[in-house]
Amino acid sequence: MTSELSKTSPPASDATTTAAMDNFARAHRLSPLEALPWLAAVGAYFVFPDYLALGSQILATIIFALSVDLLIGYTGIVTLGHAALFGTGAYTAGLLAANGWGDPVSGLLIAALVSALVGFISGALILRTHGLTLLMQTLVVAALLYEVANKAGRYTGGGDGLQGMSVWPVFGQFRFDMLGKVAYIYCLAVLFVCWLAMRIVVHSAFGRSLMGIRENVARMHAIGTPVERRKLFAYTLSAGLAGISGALIAQTTSFVGLGVLSLERSGSILIMLIIGGVGQLYGAFIGVPLYMIAQDRFATIAPVYWYFWIGLFMVFLVLFARGGVLGILTRLTQRKRGAS
Amino acid sequence: MSEYLPALISIAFHGVTLAMVLYLISVGLSVTMGLMGFVNLAHGAFAMAGGYLASTLLSRFGLPFALAILLAVVVVMLVSIVLERLLYRRFYGGVELDQVLLTMGLIFISVGAATYIWGPLPQPMQIPPILQGGIEVLGRILPVYRVFLIVCGAVIVTLLWLALEKTRFGAQLRAAVDNLRMAETVGINTSRLFAFAFALGSGLAALGGALGAEVFAITPGYALEHLVYFLIVVAVGGLGSIRGPFFAALMVGIADTALKYYVPELGAFFIYLLTMAILLRYPRGLMGT
Repeated sequence: MTSELSKTSPPASDATTTAAMDNFARAHRLSPLEALPWLAAVGAYFVFPDYLALGSQILATIIFALSVDLLIGYTGIVTLGHAALFGTGAYTAGLLAANGWGDPVSGLLIAALVSALVGFISGALILRTHGLTLLMQTLVVAALLYEVANKAGRYTGGGDGLQGMSVWPVFGQFRFDMLGKVAYIYCLAVLFVCWLAMRIVVHSAFGRSLMGIRENVARMHAIGTPVERRKLFAYTLSAGLAGISGALIAQTTSFVGLGVLSLERSGSILIMLIIGGVGQLYGAFIGVPLYMIAQDRFATIAPVYWYFWIGLFMVFLVLFARGGVLGILTRLTQRKRGAS
Repeated sequence: MSEYLPALISIAFHGVTLAMVLYLISVGLSVTMGLMGFVNLAHGAFAMAGGYLASTLLSRFGLPFALAILLAVVVVMLVSIVLERLLYRRFYGGVELDQVLLTMGLIFISVGAATYIWGPLPQPMQIPPILQGGIEVLGRILPVYRVFLIVCGAVIVTLLWLALEKTRFGAQLRAAVDNLRMAETVGINTSRLFAFAFALGSGLAALGGALGAEVFAITPGYALEHLVYFLIVVAVGGLGSIRGPFFAALMVGIADTALKYYVPELGAFFIYLLTMAILLRYPRGLMGT
């Protein structure tokens, strides 16, 4: 049987198959470059002790960007409402801590589960649609949850935000301090776990099938991939990650406002991801710090101009630098390789 | 029954006013999304620009009301043609993500520019004395300006629909929406058609923004704040449809007004729920092609 197969297939395709297999094998081998973000994160802890609060916000937001990347970059689902799931996580963790359950780690897990559940339910409903309609549906889901949080003021504090959160020490040992040291390390550890999970997922057979769906849905249907089920699973997973990110921010700032569910939140995370680069796993690690540090600097000097410049920058990015910073870097290294 | 009637009249009246403004602003978006296959999230910025320009021309330069609005509409149309030729055109029928990012960028630019020029506070619109005050209809005092808004909206909708049916431009537009390839094959200059359609849509949005300043206050965050409502009208009405968004706007306007009257604690919640349900049942909108 096998000999018959090898006889009928031409030798050229054997070579390409081997090359493709090599490619697969190389893709999930760790490269030394992948240590860079972690070295930078640990280094920042010692070099910028005054900016740890901003640092932990950045680390937590990277998880949000990763979750959006899983949808947009890997599965090809454009969402304008991912704040729905981020906010669900934030409010879950916030409500737990405000109502007598301040344990951060279990709070994080519960928030992830609740967000994943909301993602699963909303995904099961809206992923049946495509294109613009899907975009609208993601937007509407986020608007719906925003309205719920806004109107359920008795529980969520409405427009004033959720107050009175008391977050217990991590593992009952490490209290969140004023300088934000514990918060930073906590966020870094959670980010590491999320990154690891994300890395395993995108390099797995499942991750490959997501990319297949992104590239050509019709063919994936043709080879028998359960496309709808895969998309729903990716959506649920992404929702869980977004929930973790929201919960982290809620726990480390001890505050949850309506902003966590806003369209602005959904939009800005898209921008951060695009600045870094989509579908390459590390775009989030570049775009989020760039955006948030720039925003922190700019907002203190001239908050009015911030929106203007970031908008202009995005238009520029879409016109001339698709693929973000990572795309530019890849092009530069390829050119160098071509020249040598 | 008699005690319900005034409330019902009130709801219908304010609902229709809201619907007129929503329709004027959104109809252009429907054409851009349906015909050019372009998600123009920044469409609301044209409405906002219309509002800002008209109010400035009124208060700073003391122009007559009609002239100020007309001038604002013309300026927005010209700017929109420039934007269409320079930016939008490159992304027609392209990758959704690029369109979303480009127009999200334009929204942010509009927010920054408006804050810089006009400040963060809502811009007041000076309404001429003849349109102020109220008139009595069926035992209810209704504000004259809103009556004027409804009449204006009705006239424009009629003109628009007539133009679509009777003029050469309308026929070309309908042909292009139905089948773009075929329209090009029979010699319709679709590039020029797109530019005209885009400018017309932006002009209508500017008109809606300027006239409807009382319904949607002119603030820097305009394009982002009301985006969901504009998109709902278009998505529910049906992409590319001219008539669909009208009925969707009526539905949204009246439902929104009624819900805010009877169950204010639920706010826009039901509108979103209704939109989700309609889009699940009719993914291409109620009158989508």
